[in-house]
Amino acid sequence: MTDPATGQPKITVRISDDAAALACGADAVAAAFVKAGCEVQRVSSWGMHWLEPLAEISGIGFGPITAADVPDILDGKGDAVCIGPVAAHPFITRQQRLTFARAGKTRPLSLEDYSATGGWDGLEKARSMGPQAIVQTVIDSGLRGRGGAGFPAGIKWRTVAAATGTQKYIVCNADEGDSGTFADRMVMEGDPFMLIEGMAIAAHAVGAGKGYVYIRSEYPHAIAKMQAAIAACRDRIAPFEIEVRVGAGAYVCGEETSLLNSLEGKRGEVRAKPPLPALQGLFGQPTVVNNVLTLAAVPWILSHGGAAYADYGMGRSLGTMPVQLAGNIKHGGLFEIAFGVTLGELVNDIGGGTASGRPVKAVQVGGPLGAYIPPEQFDLPFDYEAFAAADALIGHAGITVFDDTVQMAAMARFAMQFCAVESCGKCTPCRLGSTRGIETIDRIIAGENIADNVELIRDLSETMKFGSLCALGGFTPYPVMSAINHWPEDFGLPVRLAAE
Amino acid sequence: MEPILARHRATQDSLLPILHDVQAEFGHISEDAIRTIAEALNLTRAEVYGVVSFYHDFRSQPDPRPAIKICRAEACQARGIEALMPAIEAAAGARVRVETTYCLGLCSVGPAAMIGKDVHARLTEGSVGDLVNSL
Repeated sequence: MTDPATGQPKITVRISDDAAALACGADAVAAAFVKAGCEVQRVSSWGMHWLEPLAEISGIGFGPITAADVPDILDGKGDAVCIGPVAAHPFITRQQRLTFARAGKTRPLSLEDYSATGGWDGLEKARSMGPQAIVQTVIDSGLRGRGGAGFPAGIKWRTVAAATGTQKYIVCNADEGDSGTFADRMVMEGDPFMLIEGMAIAAHAVGAGKGYVYIRSEYPHAIAKMQAAIAACRDRIAPFEIEVRVGAGAYVCGEETSLLNSLEGKRGEVRAKPPLPALQGLFGQPTVVNNVLTLAAVPWILSHGGAAYADYGMGRSLGTMPVQLAGNIKHGGLFEIAFGVTLGELVNDIGGGTASGRPVKAVQVGGPLGAYIPPEQFDLPFDYEAFAAADALIGHAGITVFDDTVQMAAMARFAMQFCAVESCGKCTPCRLGSTRGIETIDRIIAGENIADNVELIRDLSETMKFGSLCALGGFTPYPVMSAINHWPEDFGLPVRLAAE
Repeated sequence: MEPILARHRATQDSLLPILHDVQAEFGHISEDAIRTIAEALNLTRAEVYGVVSFYHDFRSQPDPRPAIKICRAEACQARGIEALMPAIEAAAGARVRVETTYCLGLCSVGPAAMIGKDVHARLTEGSVGDLVNSL
């Protein structure tokens, strides 16, 4: 584009319109560049959130910047905020981006950009293959549910494909409520067509005619982008249809059966399983319920083959995981890498330790239901089975870092409180256990019969873990017990108890 | 109410979209609205009330005050939101409604808040005070 006043080509500046960039002031920066006569393209975020708002001019990045930095940058005096070539930044070059291959590079709602970067290749391939071959490709890839449960996606698809029903459904779980996670949001805001393509491939594989994307109401930008993207590519995915549904502030609706009830217009209460949603899901029909990241991984798998995806990773954790570095971390953002990377590499080498500069005391992996892990266990590899063996979970791969000012008894109390606030109320261990848990931890914090009350918490945790219907009540003991076991001194217990 | 009901199918699965529209239009979901929706969808009032009361987003009482949603989940706690709460509550007083939310997906750049659909991150005592005062 040329500037009509000077006849010179306009400078093109790329700035993200992802919610994290917007929250850091990207709109004001974009407006300043427009005012200075530049052509501004709003693209997805590279995922280097500590550098947002990040402006990219001819491949060179400037960030984090404010509108006040714009004149200097355009005058060639932006060295203080210059990070060099964005694509060559170590945070980017160390990643293995399959799902996030377009991050930072394309305009989220541009069909032109999407097609030019391999978009729709997976769907075309799928349509030429036939349903059984698609399911086999996904099984071969080793892709497991990225929402946290880690169930093999291809097996779930095979079950739905083999089931009989008058209508089958693809439900995308975009109720990303775990603190420390934002990868689903980044996919929906940065590369919405990829998610739609993944859903269309799933629909073709199992014979589904209708799909829903259930997005939490806390994500207005993701909702708007998904609605616009679905409208823009309606013909491309026809006769399959997708509808966006908006949640209403209930964390438990991230649990798949609760989500299905919510889609049906009911209270978001958990359903007992069986029947599996794959056989009797939405409106009692066979339903694929997959997380955003699971479905978003599918186009790459179809266009490159299941074996190519399975080349990444270790053991039974194959492919890549978009890890989210969050909380008190210096270099927070989205880091996609093959399974097998250690927690220490992610937190210290890549994340740069804490943002506060103080020592790391604990990291919580997997959201509010994930265990707190001390630095002594930072050699733990990112692998579903290795984490399970350490009484921890990968969950949705959010890593929330805390420095040494955190009080673990307070975090254990918060875990119980969160469970009490968000419990759907259907089963007793979760509904009542969480409230009794708060009261008991309060007594521990007040110094009342500490050893007895800790025993009571252990007992309660067992009941919640084995007696709850879903992961909310069942996994709340993970943060609680890990806090007690690794930091007994924060509960007024002697340190030596940790070894027992 | 009629234009809202006309926009949606008269089946139970339309209930959440209808409730979102009613709340956006009227600021809350009144008993009258519940009765009208129940009739339109062929549900009992108890069924509709049960859904309204289940979800944190829906209010059954009006509250015309401006509101700010503050994230108080773990990642924002790790980045210091609790230390800002006294200043936020002091600035809000009774004039502004301070709502707690658990996660806005801005976990790498917290503490974070949302006003309407506008998101704000890297909050400090000064910046969040300005936000509240601007409401």
